[in-house]
Amino acid sequence: MGEMRTTIPIGPYHPLLEEPELFRVVVEGERVVDIDWRTSWNHRGIEKIAESKTYDQVTFLVERICGICSTSHPIAFCNAVEDLANIDIPERARYIRSIIAELERIHSHLLWFGLAGHYIGYHTVWMWVWRYRELVCELFEKISGNRQSYAMIKVGGTRQDIKEEDYSYILKTMDELEPKMNMFIGAVLDDPVILARLKGVGKLSKEDAIKRCVVGPVARSAGVDIDTRRDYPYAAYDRVNWKVITQEDGDVLAMAVVRLLEILESIKIIRQCVEKMPQGPIEVEVPEIPPGEGIGVEEAPRGENFHYVRSDGTNCPARLKIRAPSYVNIPSFRSRFIGERVADIIIILASVDPCYCCTNRMVKVDDGAGERTLTDKDLLKLSWEETERIKNKFRGCKRSKLLE
Amino acid sequence: MAELNPVQKVKERFPERIIELWEKSPKRIYITVGKEDAKDMVSYLFEDLGARFIIMSALDTRPGIEILYHFSFDTLSKIVSIRTLVPMPFPEIESISLIIPGAEYIEREIYDILGVNFRNHPNLKRFILGDDWPEGEYPLRREHKGQFPYRTEEEQELYREEIRSKWEK
Repeated sequence: MGEMRTTIPIGPYHPLLEEPELFRVVVEGERVVDIDWRTSWNHRGIEKIAESKTYDQVTFLVERICGICSTSHPIAFCNAVEDLANIDIPERARYIRSIIAELERIHSHLLWFGLAGHYIGYHTVWMWVWRYRELVCELFEKISGNRQSYAMIKVGGTRQDIKEEDYSYILKTMDELEPKMNMFIGAVLDDPVILARLKGVGKLSKEDAIKRCVVGPVARSAGVDIDTRRDYPYAAYDRVNWKVITQEDGDVLAMAVVRLLEILESIKIIRQCVEKMPQGPIEVEVPEIPPGEGIGVEEAPRGENFHYVRSDGTNCPARLKIRAPSYVNIPSFRSRFIGERVADIIIILASVDPCYCCTNRMVKVDDGAGERTLTDKDLLKLSWEETERIKNKFRGCKRSKLLE
Repeated sequence: MAELNPVQKVKERFPERIIELWEKSPKRIYITVGKEDAKDMVSYLFEDLGARFIIMSALDTRPGIEILYHFSFDTLSKIVSIRTLVPMPFPEIESISLIIPGAEYIEREIYDILGVNFRNHPNLKRFILGDDWPEGEYPLRREHKGQFPYRTEEEQELYREEIRSKWEK
């Protein structure tokens, strides 16, 4: 039966998150035997554009790399420039940066969980979660004036202050969010159908995680204990109490658990930051950027963001290298797909929270003749049918029996 | 975890092969090595010292293309960058993808945008540039003006036809 192979192109139009990317999945019967990744239909040449913009303009440019983690790239870039020019930013700016970055983490993780619910046919989860994400977006609008792309960060500090009358609003939103999140985590982790769909699916072993150099929640769910916020303290993370969430299994469920528990940690960080927020200036005057090089790392919701800046003494960077977390997380599919079933493809693809615009590259399909083609809609349908099947199988069973 | 500083270990292991060692700050270390020694250094850092490979970056400078391999020692908060220079006009260097599978795609990207040939790469194909991008044009080289190569009206029509026939197959 070795010859009965089918290639399923997933993408390049809107494979999952309404962004262009192509995965060619080769299956034998129902089992995946190989997967290939091609990318970059939306190459925007940001690294090249950055070479002709001033340092101040580049913070706006890198903010446009990704709409979801739009504050992570400016923070990583500013970390790099501050490392290059040895700039020490004021205390108050550190706390503001932390608050913005953590609020973004909450909204990004909630967005992911909603979509994950959608992919496995749990539309209730989808609607439910996005309702709470709305609270965070409203809070952002209140603080910065924008729901997305907040433009709060600049080299040497922050562009805007958080007003004192907004503190109570932030705390109130956190108070509202926390019990909801606890209830939500309880409900999701107690649901036998979600457990049946996610547990043991798309496993990534610790060895593979290290070899494929994955970062962020993907690495932490496989037992690799890394977190840039702790390892390379920036902003105010070394001034507040929080802990790094890790899991051992490396499957989709572990990834979901890491993200959900991280939301609670983020709420904890934001509360402490607001309470400890010192008075003072929010920016320092930036000297001329000397020739040299700087490296900035930042923990985005999807993992470590890496910016390398080279300066030749002019007011524009000579080279800016950006490594977004999805760039290393997406190739880990090669390790996690082999042997899985077609119905699980879509949730595994979604599990690393891939951000295609972060990889800022593009895709081409060159489909050979005679290949059967399934679209993403077919895959979604397959995935939903699988959930229905499990639901029907479990209908009327006792809960304790299901969890065995 | 590691009792001895990784920089010390590297110094002891490769006493003659380090061209320059620059500690910009306790957290940022740059080590310059020759082009032939880069692979040994990378495999020592990754396999023996357990460093995490972050990414490679490449830059077109006057003497040649400069490649940096960035490694992170997470428990020690140190980023160690191995720097090496690949001379022009035919930049070529040994691939590290067989040691670190995570480096496969970034090597393909550097091959696309700067034209560095990675020897013994498992699958060195075009990755981020479009299939219609002309051979031998490297957008991040200094001499490149950052423009997409110009096509006349007829050439554009031919190109569209070609793409269409590919899709109809």
